[in-house]
Amino acid sequence: MLPFSFEWAWDAGHLLFFGGMWYTIAILGAGLTYCVGKTILDTMAGKGPHH
Amino acid sequence: MDSALIPKGAKRCPFPVFALGIAVVGVVLLWGVYAMGLCWFKGLNQTNMDDYYGFALWIWADLAVIAIGGGAFFTGLLRYVFGIDELKNIINLAVVIGFICYSSALLILAIDVGQPLRSWFIFWHANVHSMLTEVAFCLSLYFSVLTIEFVPLILENRKLDKVPFFHNLGHNMHGVMAVFAATGAFLSCFHQGSLGGVAGVMYGRPFAFREGLLVWPWTFFLFTWSAAAYGPCFTLCVLKMFEKITKKKLVKDNVVHLLAKISGWMITTYIIAKIIDTVYWATVTAPSQGQTFMDFYSNNPFYGVWILVLEIVVCGIVPAVILTTQKFRENRKLLLVAIILGTFGVCLNRWVMVLQVMAAPVMTFDTWAMYIPSWQEVATTILPVAYGVILIALAYRYLPVFPQELELNADQQD
Amino acid sequence: MKQDKHGKNHKFGMVVDLDKCTGCGSCMVACMSENNVPFKEDESRKKDSITWMRVYKITNGKSFPETEICYMPRPCMHCGGKGDHGHSPCVSVCPAVATDYDHSSGIVSQIYTRCFGCRYCMGACPYHARYFNWWDPKWPEGMENYLSPDVSPRMRGVVEKCSFCFHRYQEARDRAYVEERDDIEEQEYQTACTQACPAGAITFGDLNNPDHEVYQMVEPDAHNCGKPKNPKAFRLLERLQTNPKVYYISEREWVRKAGDNYLEGEWEKVKNNHGNDHE
Repeated sequence: MLPFSFEWAWDAGHLLFFGGMWYTIAILGAGLTYCVGKTILDTMAGKGPHH
Repeated sequence: MDSALIPKGAKRCPFPVFALGIAVVGVVLLWGVYAMGLCWFKGLNQTNMDDYYGFALWIWADLAVIAIGGGAFFTGLLRYVFGIDELKNIINLAVVIGFICYSSALLILAIDVGQPLRSWFIFWHANVHSMLTEVAFCLSLYFSVLTIEFVPLILENRKLDKVPFFHNLGHNMHGVMAVFAATGAFLSCFHQGSLGGVAGVMYGRPFAFREGLLVWPWTFFLFTWSAAAYGPCFTLCVLKMFEKITKKKLVKDNVVHLLAKISGWMITTYIIAKIIDTVYWATVTAPSQGQTFMDFYSNNPFYGVWILVLEIVVCGIVPAVILTTQKFRENRKLLLVAIILGTFGVCLNRWVMVLQVMAAPVMTFDTWAMYIPSWQEVATTILPVAYGVILIALAYRYLPVFPQELELNADQQD
Repeated sequence: MKQDKHGKNHKFGMVVDLDKCTGCGSCMVACMSENNVPFKEDESRKKDSITWMRVYKITNGKSFPETEICYMPRPCMHCGGKGDHGHSPCVSVCPAVATDYDHSSGIVSQIYTRCFGCRYCMGACPYHARYFNWWDPKWPEGMENYLSPDVSPRMRGVVEKCSFCFHRYQEARDRAYVEERDDIEEQEYQTACTQACPAGAITFGDLNNPDHEVYQMVEPDAHNCGKPKNPKAFRLLERLQTNPKVYYISEREWVRKAGDNYLEGEWEKVKNNHGNDHE
């Protein structure tokens, strides 16, 4: 799974597969971070169900 | 009793009735949990699987729920990426169904493997050339996408929504949902496909083996396509069940007909591809390995050509014709027939690609292997159904799953 | 390290002379004993019994007095896979690299502590050479004392299969290393079934080494993924391109035909084709 696992090989298969995986995780992670971050800011700014 | 949690203005059955219903299904759930415990603590000898049937009922159930849960990714794709706005009225249902189907699939896999505590090896020691590895990665990632898609709906609960943080979080998640939906569609294409690839790459099994494109056998594409095509049929089936049970109309006809029409055209294109695949396999692939088409459909007590006719004609061409023809799909009964046949058809396809693959002999002196699941297998397969019923009932009671419910049932509101 | 002095890989394989096999089952017993294969309390249900080496009984399908019987011992075929590149049907599908193809010996390994029991490899193997531990391993009381210390017993929930007695290969290599030899001799590494066969039907050795008996018996065609040049030799399910390293020899045509699937009339065209090129 990681380049220092002993099964790891620097070949196209590993790069494509794990590249795709980490890329996807990065998108999901960034999306969630954005949502939570913006929510914290919004909440601190007093936004809420009544506004 | 729980009225503070019920969506504003919506009418729900009295709490004791609801609780009784949940309790009844809960008994079935407990039965499944008991069987699951037996499989975990006593081992897979509790099943009727054997060395001929290493893949059996569970793997079929796994593939089947993932296929019918395909409505979530496909509807999500249509709604958020292609911008078909009407589908916002059914997307919540599709997401809840998807969430149930995928969590069930992961649970089934956890029971199915011989050493569940080592399941993480599939990630840590991944063989990137195995279709099952691709399944595991995309499945778990897509399940997290479904969770992300489900969370905003949960946050719309009347009580939760009053909390400013949850309200804002739900709002913000809606804002970037297209990104999540697109990622989900990408992941789904791969895991639905790789589930098809699981069978297609087995070049030692002429019944399953298919040529393909690059590293992906044709079954890869057929599985993705069929999940997208038939998944919405199951979403509509669940909707119809809901409407029958609650005696309410929950989604407007134009939305239902639109999804049915899209599903119909998807089934049409899929079934054409499936027929081409079957003909090529029967006339070129299998004969090149010394086997005739009828070798796979004779000399056994169960698997005959009828299964192929049922899958392709009855559960493929028939729903395709009904759903693509406006007059037919707008007929309530015919629509119901089509979506039930469609759901059944994709499940049957998964059955064939798992069970029949295991059953058919390859060595000339081998014989067909037959198999009947044990009660523990049946109970653990029913377990996710019971879990699904409970979760979807809870979702319907406490969350605004159907945005058009209030409008369509204005006369019944409290 | 693992290669011989010429830097060439080994390719260990087996040749079974089916005309010599009497079906006595000694190979099966020797294999179970050598490899610590456990027992089940009830062995009547054969489809979940573990038999790394299994002797199949096949017949020519004719009625008396023309009935003929052949016994076919079937260990793991240690397939080289398509193109003989090591992409065996099972190795290519294992999601956790719990089974692997060793290019230096041609042996398909099974790592029991790595296997998490998904059984995909079993589905992929057309020879049914792979077995799942449905039960906790058990031996009759006192028999634990007879277990081989060289072979690890397997836990419930993992797949196992014939290893070509790989521990014997390790032992032979260790001995050669201590004696400061570069490579092992043919007789230093022999599987338990080979040695146990009273009829001498099983031969084992390096298919890459022309001095070895297995090589001389089947004459594997190195340019054709090891297909036998000997017209009396064949491999099981050759047409699937699994490229097994277990070869069978028989003078009887119906036995050779039983080794693979043929469409009507196909066999007549290929039967004298030295086992090569079925197309």
